[in-house]
Amino acid sequence: MQTTSIIELYVFVLAGFVGFQIITRVPSLLHTPLMSATNAISAISLVGSLVAAGSDKNRVATWLGFVAVTAATINVVGGFLITDRMLKMFRPAGKAGAGGRPLPRKAKEDEG
Amino acid sequence: MSAAELFTQASYLAASVLFILGLRSLTKPDSARRGMQQAAVGMLLAIVGTLTKEEIVDYKFIIAGLSVGTVIGYPLGMFVPMTAMPQRIAISHMFGALAATLVGIAEFYTLGDGAQVSHATMAALGFEVMFGALTITGSFMAFGKLQEFLPGVPVTFRGQNAVSGVLFAVTVGLFAWLVYQPHTPWAFYVMCVLGLFIGVSLVLPIGGADMPVVISLLNSYAGLASSATGFAIGNEVLIIAGALDGASGFILSMVMSKAMNRSFSNILFGAFGKPPEKGAKAATGLAVKPVSAEDAAIQLGYARSVIVVPGYGMAVAQAQHAVRELADLIEKNGGEVKYAIHPVAGRMPGHMNVLLAEANIPYDKLKEMEEINGEFRNTDVALVIGANDVVNPAARNDRSSPIYGMPILNVDQAKSVIVMKRSMNPGFAGIENELFYNDRTTMLFGDAKSSLEKLVAEVKMNAAG
Repeated sequence: MQTTSIIELYVFVLAGFVGFQIITRVPSLLHTPLMSATNAISAISLVGSLVAAGSDKNRVATWLGFVAVTAATINVVGGFLITDRMLKMFRPAGKAGAGGRPLPRKAKEDEG
Repeated sequence: MSAAELFTQASYLAASVLFILGLRSLTKPDSARRGMQQAAVGMLLAIVGTLTKEEIVDYKFIIAGLSVGTVIGYPLGMFVPMTAMPQRIAISHMFGALAATLVGIAEFYTLGDGAQVSHATMAALGFEVMFGALTITGSFMAFGKLQEFLPGVPVTFRGQNAVSGVLFAVTVGLFAWLVYQPHTPWAFYVMCVLGLFIGVSLVLPIGGADMPVVISLLNSYAGLASSATGFAIGNEVLIIAGALDGASGFILSMVMSKAMNRSFSNILFGAFGKPPEKGAKAATGLAVKPVSAEDAAIQLGYARSVIVVPGYGMAVAQAQHAVRELADLIEKNGGEVKYAIHPVAGRMPGHMNVLLAEANIPYDKLKEMEEINGEFRNTDVALVIGANDVVNPAARNDRSSPIYGMPILNVDQAKSVIVMKRSMNPGFAGIENELFYNDRTTMLFGDAKSSLEKLVAEVKMNAAG
């Protein structure tokens, strides 16, 4: 085994360790956004797909790379957007959320 | 190292740091949004850093892929309803795994069909393609079950265990052979195809109620496949992001299986060859007490404390907004409303929290099981909306029950219980629920959403009159 593979193994183990430490502290309240967030982040495989699609080595690699770029981009764009959409909805008591409270309707009730 | 190469590496390092900080921000709901936006910036940096690489000479296909991906990804991000989140996440695992697998195949093909691949690189490539392939089909199967174009019940046949076992053994055998002898194209491509079959055979026999575990597990696999891609092409940011994803999926699967009191292997292989067991206690001779919306509304109108227990039924009926409307009325009458969230309620981790947050319910009212279980005994009304197994007392006191030992919400300790349910059909696990026959329990039958709307109208009328 070459030295670079050993270093890569170090990186993997340490990153996994950091991930474990952080993610065990994520409350179950945010487990769905956590999943969509890690999904978006792991779409970093786009980086590998870009190289395959753009280095013009052979036709097979280019086409496979193209499909891979498409799939990974779906996750990057869709993943970060949907995570943001979800996180926007979580609000503590007393603060109006994105949708706001339907005050007009309440006012009508009071009259009735 | 050239200046361009230096820039690329710096962008990867920055991206890695921003990813980790982004995930750390998810430990607190207030900081989460900003943190994830920073992570998105990290992603953008890494993409720009890659595009400036000297290896990249042709931008045609890159631009095409980025455009098509954006056109498909944007609606998937912006317009998918929150109730469809489990299948949305399942399909995105498929896209992630697809990208990793195709990069692996392209790499293998480019390196002379394995002729120029070292043993170590082959191990990474093989792992990437095997896990990638099984995640592609596995996620698609999960998507199909959640979207309901595939049967949600476990699909089993005689000798399934043997078939799956042989399939798995052959695939691992090919993988081992490839590491020993990388220049074996046929073995590589056969392994890819077998990987696809493993994904199908893995998820087909798993039932709807076990989906939270399956989705978490597929999350982990997709991450590991990405990480293996990093090993194969020597890219550290891929290794790091993949490891984070892998760790997250792994932790979530552990949390989910603990909440069901089942081991990993039990969920993955438990369904093989055996239909869901019938509960040991048959409910013959016992009668449930149906209640009308009028009576239930009076009960709720006078309640000082109410705990809402949502389940998958609430998601199916898309009743979260009606829940919030009812809760507002109860609070206006001076009652207190809290929400008890079981870890496996719904079809994916945290499913209920997202739905209730969408209905604008503040997150400090959403309580985890450990936090709220002691409060049921002092609660006037526990309102169970489309939940079943997670409130079944058999988990506590019936040793012969298949769910015995699973931690449950102590709904049966509340002063009174209203269960909203479509019909008397048992839940996914096919187990009778004693709670429904309890003296203090009344059943409000019908679609959760229309029942809630009736309740809202009744409570309003009572308050006005």
